[in-house]
Amino acid sequence: MRGVRPGDLAQVIEIDAVVTGLRKPAYWADLLRRYGRGRRSRFFLVADSGRRIEGFVIGEVRDWEFGSPPCGWVFAISVRPGARLAGVGTRLLEAIIAGFRRAGVKTVRTLLARDNHLVLAFFRSQGMMAAPVIPLEKDIE
Amino acid sequence: MRLQKNTRLALCGALEFAARPGRHLSVAEVARRYRVSPHHLAKVLRALGRAGLLDAVRGVGGGYRFAGNAKRVTLMDVVALFEGVGAPAPRRGARVRAPAERALDLVLAEIDETARATFSSITLETLLKLIARRGLG
Repeated sequence: MRGVRPGDLAQVIEIDAVVTGLRKPAYWADLLRRYGRGRRSRFFLVADSGRRIEGFVIGEVRDWEFGSPPCGWVFAISVRPGARLAGVGTRLLEAIIAGFRRAGVKTVRTLLARDNHLVLAFFRSQGMMAAPVIPLEKDIE
Repeated sequence: MRLQKNTRLALCGALEFAARPGRHLSVAEVARRYRVSPHHLAKVLRALGRAGLLDAVRGVGGGYRFAGNAKRVTLMDVVALFEGVGAPAPRRGARVRAPAERALDLVLAEIDETARATFSSITLETLLKLIARRGLG
């Protein structure tokens, strides 16, 4: 596990495109610019097998969001389909949690669509439970 | 949220067997642990057997052995064998429902969706890890 480098971007875009079916180079270039600079509170880590990038995780420490004490948010994690079930996702999550700890926070959170059972099951398997928050939305069209 | 007695028993039973893969447990042994009659538990375990989660072990000292994949079997897989989470309540006749009933249905559907997502995202293995992590064993 290591911090992302500009040369990793093409593989990150490729992994995301395979997993989501959408190619978003501008989006990922923007994330690299905002999260790829090794700041203390922002993390963009990749799982480098030495041969290629097998997955990535992105997150940041957010302070007092919705009145909540500072906590680490994971907002993207992805592993190549062919590299799954080998602990890559677990190691990525452990690495970003280690970063959050170094940044002084004691809680990690994420937010997922409730029908995304695969990724929900992954985070559950890592010991994550429902947070004491309820996301709400409203159609404003 | 409350689950029916048989559903809870099935979840506990599935976890008992999943915690000891390869080992067979007698119905009486598990029934004692959960303070239910072996006859009652046997009915529940037969349903788990029909779903492919348990294999029956015949003969003296027979019982059941876990046959599923604890990393893949979710709580929803077990719950769905015994009750519907969010299944619409049976309606009498085709009368038009009042606005308050329809509004209440929306709120209850929201709760059901959350319950389904929770049951569907927790595997037997995850729950076994929770037992170990919280020292509940």
